[in-house]
Amino acid sequence: MSQAVQAGQKLWGGGKSPYNVEYGKLMMWFFLMSDAFTFGAFLISYGSIRFASNSWPDPNHVFKTFPIVGEMRVPLAFVSLMTFILIMSSVTMVLAVAAGHNNDRKGVMKWMVWTILGGLAFLSCQAWEWTHLYAEGAWWGRNPFMNIDGTQSSTNFTNFFFTITGFHGFHVFSGVIINIIMLIMTWKGTFERRGHYLMIEKAGLYWHFVDLVWVFVFTCFYLL
Amino acid sequence: MSEVQIDAAGHAEPSFSTKLIWRTFWVLLIITVIELALAIIYYETHFLPKHFLNGLFIVGTLAKAFFIIAEFMHLKHELKAMVMTLVFPSLLFIWFVIAFLWDGNSYRDLRNRYDSHHLEQSKTPAAKKPGME
Repeated sequence: MSQAVQAGQKLWGGGKSPYNVEYGKLMMWFFLMSDAFTFGAFLISYGSIRFASNSWPDPNHVFKTFPIVGEMRVPLAFVSLMTFILIMSSVTMVLAVAAGHNNDRKGVMKWMVWTILGGLAFLSCQAWEWTHLYAEGAWWGRNPFMNIDGTQSSTNFTNFFFTITGFHGFHVFSGVIINIIMLIMTWKGTFERRGHYLMIEKAGLYWHFVDLVWVFVFTCFYLL
Repeated sequence: MSEVQIDAAGHAEPSFSTKLIWRTFWVLLIITVIELALAIIYYETHFLPKHFLNGLFIVGTLAKAFFIIAEFMHLKHELKAMVMTLVFPSLLFIWFVIAFLWDGNSYRDLRNRYDSHHLEQSKTPAAKKPGME
């Protein structure tokens, strides 16, 4: 059994855990690394196509609606709400991990429920946004929006938008499923018997990664 | 890494500080609000050049990414060997971004130079479709 490494000790002499993390957690980090390159490839190809185009639609114009209120004077209001929801659910997730460190089963359950609710709220927002854009005539292969300079736009904008936010939404969806499984396992006392809540931590890493990707999607599609 | 808790497998896990979590939350929120404010002000008044704002947005995004990875994902509190194992492969992104954006830009230049029909098309304002806008 590996022992904790003290500062200043030789790490690579054997008999110690050089990274000082559990196997599953290390593999989760490596998975997230590869996933980061998948998302990176998507976003960079989007950037590449955008750099290859003479003009591009104005995000402030495309994303200016809000449910019930309709067209707002303030563009990007709805997507800011989505960003806030996702950051907030990341906070509740890290609070669940912190509660797990203290072997506080009730605390883990409480914060996992909030995280799941945050994830569902984000997915609902995205469903509304997609429905709204679809109603405006936007879909894969269809782009009703003009370029910012009033010229005809290609379908590159909508194709990239739906592919990348769709891929991200799929990650959020699977994250919610993973979190629900973690909640059930916590509720049944699986982690309490195991003596540690490392599984919550691994699910947490995945959930924060989803938030991390959203930070980049948000910048690339809505701000730039 | 003040308080260290040893788990069942013998791994020392630095404990999470709730205070630090909330501080990170406020930092993320404030950066996002500033970015949005600048985007909205630009949309309404065209205040500040767009290229300068884009630079600010990218810096803000990288700062947010740093805080999420360092604090929420707790990487800052792992061993240095672990951090470097993840940081060094990520440096590939620097090449990745520069090479592909450069290539896109070069493609646009070449196409504008040699495909005059495309250039003319991309400069002609489109007729407004009824019911759209």
